[in-house]
Amino acid sequence: MRTRFQQGLDELRQKLLRMGGLAEQAVERACQAYQERDLTRCQMVLEGESQINRCEREIDELAFDLLAMQQPMAVDLRFILAVTKINADLERVGDQAVNIAERVMDMVGLPAADLPVDIARMSAAVSAMVRRALESFIEGKAELAQAVLEMDNVVDRMRDEAFITLVKTMNDHPELTRQALDALLVARNLERVADHATNISEDVIFWVRGADVRHNVALEGGDQQSPQQPTAQPAVTESH
Amino acid sequence: MGVGIQVEHLNAWYGKSHALHDINLKIEANHATALIGPSGCGKSTFIRCLNRMHETTPEARVEGTVKIGELDAYDGTSPTQLRRRIGMVFQKPNPFPAMSIFDNVAAGLKLNGYRDRKHLAEIVERSLQSSALWDEVKDVLHKKSGASLSGGQQQRLCIARALAVEPEVLLMDEPCSALDPISTGKIEELIFQLKEQYTIVIVTHNMQQAARVAEYTGFFLLGKLVEYDRTEKIFTNPSDKRTEDYITGRFG
Repeated sequence: MRTRFQQGLDELRQKLLRMGGLAEQAVERACQAYQERDLTRCQMVLEGESQINRCEREIDELAFDLLAMQQPMAVDLRFILAVTKINADLERVGDQAVNIAERVMDMVGLPAADLPVDIARMSAAVSAMVRRALESFIEGKAELAQAVLEMDNVVDRMRDEAFITLVKTMNDHPELTRQALDALLVARNLERVADHATNISEDVIFWVRGADVRHNVALEGGDQQSPQQPTAQPAVTESH
Repeated sequence: MGVGIQVEHLNAWYGKSHALHDINLKIEANHATALIGPSGCGKSTFIRCLNRMHETTPEARVEGTVKIGELDAYDGTSPTQLRRRIGMVFQKPNPFPAMSIFDNVAAGLKLNGYRDRKHLAEIVERSLQSSALWDEVKDVLHKKSGASLSGGQQQRLCIARALAVEPEVLLMDEPCSALDPISTGKIEELIFQLKEQYTIVIVTHNMQQAARVAEYTGFFLLGKLVEYDRTEKIFTNPSDKRTEDYITGRFG
């Protein structure tokens, strides 16, 4: 057993979970700030960003060290590659939370408007996606990750509906254009967060099953062949 | 050109100790195949069965079929005939210490009755070119002995000696384990080039080496071939848990 290597992998896992916690918290705070027009929460999101960025660098450095010093193979190699990609997605989740907070800060300076869009429902769906994507990483369960992929379509539909209703609002009530535009941008930011949760889930599936399921190319159990492989496969193996 | 190797129901024993259990394997012609596994797993025994070296050990015996191309290694073929078609390179370079570099490479040919000096010189040059040693020794071919070369050069000399008899298969039993990284790099580069002309089977403890040089990899454990597949599959997503545990260092 390579104890030091295992300790390194555990440390990487812990750091990513911490990063995941911060990114998840940032999205939730930004959504609450939107619902409650709360500038204090906006400020917390903005201040939290540097912490997320610091985590991103630490995770990349540790992953880089493990790749260079330990020459990981198979599931360990897939794990480290998945962590580096999830790391980038979590950093982008943090950025989207900041974008939402900035929209809210703009919005608070405007008269409150009762817009025909359910951002709260969309926030709940997106937060659930991020949470479940991180759970699938913690548990190392591809089935949980698969469920997140299926939720992405729901959020996409919510975004589309929000666009239609908010554009209509802008046409019908030009005086609410800025508020509607802010809400529309928030809906778009939330949809992007959902995309990152989807990416994270795809990376978990890659780690656990060795299967690349990105861009709707579903493959079972990681037994895919690359296109350049010859069709002749070697005859195998022992009789058990 | 290299030929494929077909192994069916191969079993090997050292006295009462059953060292290889029912190995079935098809080795592709003109490819490098790496065999990995912990010490004592049977990988060296396996390649020694391919050129009938196993049976030279007292009380050792073999059952099963080994076909080198169309040649049945254990039926109607003498070990000498077989070894003309299968060269072997060992862990520790073993040049003939008293012989010159030239005579080391020509030794196998002379043993087979070649006497034409011009032809011998051509084959020696070609073999040393193939083993990437020619430029380093061309001016001292007759002046220096095989033993005067560095470890890495000695190993390439042994490869040249094996290539001189124009085999179809080259077996390599941990050929780099006694070499420094630069010499190892040269041998690995050589393996990559040689597989154009030869079928190469390499036993190695260095998994990165297997990943670098071989298209196919077999994992042996306790005398059994646990998994055999394309190298990239073995090292990124092996099918068998035991393979994964071994290559990720979780063993023991």
